Amino acid sequence: MTEENQRRVVSVIVINEASVLSRITDLFSGRGYNITSLTVAPIPDSRYSRLTIVTAGSVRVIEQITKQLHKLIPVLRVYEHEDMVEKEMAMIKIPITENLSDINILCEAYNGKIVNTGENTIIAIVTDEPKRIDNFLNAIKRYNPKEIVRSGAVALER
Amino acid sequence: MQISGAQMVIEAFIAEGVDTVFGYPGGAIMNVYDEIYKQDKFQHILNRHEQASVHAAEGYSKASGKVGVAMITSGPGFTNAVTGLADAYMDSIPLVVISGQVPMSLIGTDAFQEIDAVGISRSCTKHNYLVTDAKDLPRILKEAFYIARTGRPGPVHIDIPKDVTAQIEEFDYDIELDLETYKPHTKGNPRQIKKAIEAIAKAKRPLFYLGGGIINANAAYEVREFVQKTGIPAVETFMARGVLSFDDKLLIGMLGMHGSYASNMAMSETDLVIGLGVRFDDRVTGKLSEFAKNADVIHVDIDPASISKLVNADYPIVGDVKNVVSDMLEQVGKIDSNNYESWRETIINFNELHPLTFHEDSERIKPQWVVKRVGELLGDDANISTDVGQHQMWAGQFYPFTRPRQFISSSGLGTMGFGFPAAIGVKAASPEKTSINFTGDGSILMNVQELMTAVEKKIPVINIILNNNFLGMVRQWQTLFYDKRHSETDLSVQPDFVKLAEAFGGIGYRVKTKEEFDAALKDAVEKNVVAFIEVIVHRMENVMPMVPSGGSLFNMMLLEKKGDK
Repeated sequence: MTEENQRRVVSVIVINEASVLSRITDLFSGRGYNITSLTVAPIPDSRYSRLTIVTAGSVRVIEQITKQLHKLIPVLRVYEHEDMVEKEMAMIKIPITENLSDINILCEAYNGKIVNTGENTIIAIVTDEPKRIDNFLNAIKRYNPKEIVRSGAVALER
Repeated sequence: MQISGAQMVIEAFIAEGVDTVFGYPGGAIMNVYDEIYKQDKFQHILNRHEQASVHAAEGYSKASGKVGVAMITSGPGFTNAVTGLADAYMDSIPLVVISGQVPMSLIGTDAFQEIDAVGISRSCTKHNYLVTDAKDLPRILKEAFYIARTGRPGPVHIDIPKDVTAQIEEFDYDIELDLETYKPHTKGNPRQIKKAIEAIAKAKRPLFYLGGGIINANAAYEVREFVQKTGIPAVETFMARGVLSFDDKLLIGMLGMHGSYASNMAMSETDLVIGLGVRFDDRVTGKLSEFAKNADVIHVDIDPASISKLVNADYPIVGDVKNVVSDMLEQVGKIDSNNYESWRETIINFNELHPLTFHEDSERIKPQWVVKRVGELLGDDANISTDVGQHQMWAGQFYPFTRPRQFISSSGLGTMGFGFPAAIGVKAASPEKTSINFTGDGSILMNVQELMTAVEKKIPVINIILNNNFLGMVRQWQTLFYDKRHSETDLSVQPDFVKLAEAFGGIGYRVKTKEEFDAALKDAVEKNVVAFIEVIVHRMENVMPMVPSGGSLFNMMLLEKKGDK
């Protein structure tokens, strides 16, 4: 059994009720597990919400995480993703004085575009795999971004 | 039926067959206490501290197998109860604990006696609820009892704001529970069970590793049959004492940090661990990488998260131990008990080499003698509770347990102050048996106010205080591992325990000789009153054998042979 820390994406379907998010995050903090990112939104036309948690740990730790999540009463299902489509969004605010056509081309390479222009700044959005978002944010540095927001990953099993 | 939230609580208790509630009133829970006053279906026992109410409910539950119920008020009432919740959570004890809360309109305003109770209890309960509307209360109450007692049992906490207990709504307890997200797995996988049986049949040195889950599942008698029919030796965890009777030839003893030499050696030499209702606690395994190093592991437990958490299970079986062992019994014919004859002899040799024993002292009573003596005098007629420390380990090692639910102790959390209130709950659940609490001069003072509860309600608990004028277990570690620097463990300054018991209306005895002890115990049992029997025992006695924390099970510190000194 490998003891190295692996990046893992876990989706959790929970009843959409008060304090359910605290139950999940308390479990992670109380047992010393790691949360890299966490997204939550209700599942349409149901009483459930879906959480996507990016975490890291050894095989044993990941197995414990999924089992412990399952033990929580409002948790319906836990998916430990193996073969998935995973996407993340990033929004970047950049001074309007930068080279906008270059920025637009760069965004297009990462499934994005400029979505808003203001008096002094523009906002661009890209949507891609988390690893590629890292690359994009590196590349965009030369255009002096003022603010960057990452959404955290969402994933669906293929 | 249109009733208030407070009445709903009472009605739910009655519907659940609750006959005893432990608690302490206060501002936010007063509506419910008003309804308790008006009813005569169950008794309420007023403890003198909320922590004791929860421990009493735990003792009641452990002795009876039913869900224990405690009731407390908001703020400090609740925070006092948290230790009890944590204790029940660690030992998988089914409880429903109800706390009052400030009215909804005041929540979040730092109101008088307001605290975020569900925020605090979340990490030490199986589940919890903040009730925001009395319409939800019937369902929540029913769910709480169901969740507490099913699956891996545990405490459920319900926090009810004062205005919700006053709110009048329709009450219907005859509802079907719709718990789509909670479906405990109780039936073991037949293919896994078959494989496990085959592994047992092939093993040369198999060993039963019996845990507290067997008692929770009411499976002790199935397990006894399984052990008998297979002829496989067994070790018990501290939590499992009483699963097998002490005189069962196949019971080696307790394993772990203070387990017997033979038990720990058997675990180190076995080639197949048959774990039933266990969780491979660090106090049992010692150094994990050396634990049962040459063995495959069968692990039966109702909690999937306990399986392969610490020790990898080669044959994992998720299910209720009672179901799984019953299924295994159907195939027990495949196992030939003659195969293990030489293994059983090996274990007898371990036991002869270093039997679990102690050396008598001519000047002072040895604490182990007291435990053994109570066993000789009361045996099966007593239920045994303990506090936490040396006396607790001696009780686990030396009392001759004959049945499940006879031994009640704080195992996982190790809560000093547990014993006396728990013994009150045990006596309330099982009045026909003598309720003994083995305690120490440290532990007893942590819930000594329960003298008042026991005296008022005429619950004759006999507390046997093994007084060594030390916080003994910590002192033992300091002696062994801290170069005898006995930091803050000398308890030479003490109350007069006899007068203390008398001040509350109980009886106190101070004994220094074996004869005095016999007379005191006999007198206390006959008088059937709340008692302290303070036994002046040898000050420096250590609990042996001992596996130092983090050490391997086979590396035990052993009792010095007589004359070694």
